[in-house]
Amino acid sequence: MKLITAIIREVQLDQVREALIAAEITRITVSRVSGHGQQRVEEIHRGQRFVPDLIPKIKIEIAVNDAFVDITIFTILKSARTNELEGNLGDGKIFITPLEECIRIRTGERGGAAI
Amino acid sequence: MIFSRKRVFFLMALLLVGSCATFASDGKPIDSGATAWMLTSTALVLLMIPGLAMFYGGLVRTKNVMGTIMHSYIAMGIISVLWVIAGYGLCFGKNILGGWCGWNPDYFFLRGIDTNVMDAGIPEYVFSMFQSKFAIITPALIAGAFAERVSFKAYCFFIAIWSLLVYDPLCHWVWASDGFIFNLGAKGAIDFAGGTVVHISAGVSGLVAALYLGSRRGHPYQVIRPNNLVITMLGAGLLWVGWFGFNAGSSISSGLSTAQALAATQVAAATGALTWVIIEGLHQGKATALGFASGILAGLVAVTPAAGVVQPYGAMCLGLSASCICYMAIMVKNKLGYDDSLDAFGIHGVGGIAGALLLTFFIRPSWMADASRILPGWTIWKQFGIQAAAVSISIVYSAVVTLGIVFIVDKIFGFKSSETDEMAGLDRSYHGERAYGMLNPS
Repeated sequence: MKLITAIIREVQLDQVREALIAAEITRITVSRVSGHGQQRVEEIHRGQRFVPDLIPKIKIEIAVNDAFVDITIFTILKSARTNELEGNLGDGKIFITPLEECIRIRTGERGGAAI
Repeated sequence: MIFSRKRVFFLMALLLVGSCATFASDGKPIDSGATAWMLTSTALVLLMIPGLAMFYGGLVRTKNVMGTIMHSYIAMGIISVLWVIAGYGLCFGKNILGGWCGWNPDYFFLRGIDTNVMDAGIPEYVFSMFQSKFAIITPALIAGAFAERVSFKAYCFFIAIWSLLVYDPLCHWVWASDGFIFNLGAKGAIDFAGGTVVHISAGVSGLVAALYLGSRRGHPYQVIRPNNLVITMLGAGLLWVGWFGFNAGSSISSGLSTAQALAATQVAAATGALTWVIIEGLHQGKATALGFASGILAGLVAVTPAAGVVQPYGAMCLGLSASCICYMAIMVKNKLGYDDSLDAFGIHGVGGIAGALLLTFFIRPSWMADASRILPGWTIWKQFGIQAAAVSISIVYSAVVTLGIVFIVDKIFGFKSSETDEMAGLDRSYHGERAYGMLNPS
């Protein structure tokens, strides 16, 4: 089991979510986060240009069985890129971490079946 | 550059001289009571526009809040300017073009009314500014029908053209003393504060535009939930408060008829709201806050044309029936599946039509007595015919002309947002802003 954590652009959320659902990956957790990477966005506030320190992003967390890791990554890569071929700075990142255990609260089931 | 600036100064000077030449005080006394109330009403109706911005702004998704609020606010800018230049003249000037609209050179930049006092005892500036608020809120109401999916620039052009071609002529027909709907039958079609002019025209135009532009992305399969019902409720509250200026101010006086309109307004709003939550409670098991707000609006919309002629009992019946009819209209909309996003047609269009027709059966006897003095043998059914005619004219006229305007604006500017802009949200795509920065550390 793996925990896939993807940090994506806010504006890509709908697309990523729809692509994941189309790939039959329907159990996801979404949250608003802020952070900084390589991206610099200029904003204008009362005519003054500035670069905010923290940029709002969306974090998607998906716990999957090993067989689904590749398809999940592929789907996110395809749908979160803002430019089909190369992508742009700020498109985000995907982190994959081993997942020790997964327990369904309702039944107490454990492991792969609970995902 | 310098030359052109000089020319602008020259033109401005010319305008000033021109207006000085047309100053004329006709020496009518100012009724300070009426003037004070009309000033208050003007401010109250202006307050409805932030109210509408909040009402609509709370109902859309987080990414579209500022865009939706701006749909109302930008109308305060665009329509106010247009009104001073041409709108007031087109609405309240003498018939031109066979009565299609009005015109009066004195109303161009309002330059000839500087010292005018109207027969009602109020300065004409006050009347003009009061009426301009109605012109502002009407196109802003339309925005609810195509919320979350139109280009800001195209919207600006749309409301400007719409105001000149739909609102101003309709307003002239219904409210100007030589307007043809104003003079139908014995005492004219009854539209006290804008059932046909404001609500039916906005609702029908919204429906036409929504049908032409098509649904939002994901509608109706994706659930689209309000981002903040608290500001929606505050907005509905402000609308209710502002409506006292809207209706009671439409008496253009401060006296008996003002009081009658005020009472009718309160009764209809309360009955409408109550009816809506009762229907919801019976139908869905829960009384929602949004339902209460919708009921307030349905009641207020229905009593708008009627406020001057119905007594509290009639207002109660209007509020009750408007909520029932609008509730059904929204059920039908959900069945048909078209995307009138914030129910501009479902509440303003349908409620306006219901109010303008049903008010006939609750007209106070003294009004009918007056009417039959003017035209002997005048009956309720004859008045109903007049009401139906006024309603049909405003439905057909606003539908046809709006379709034309939407088509042209769409061809020139691209009215509907591109899919990328729509997904990113109006706030980001057109304004470069976000409504709720505080939800994220930044």
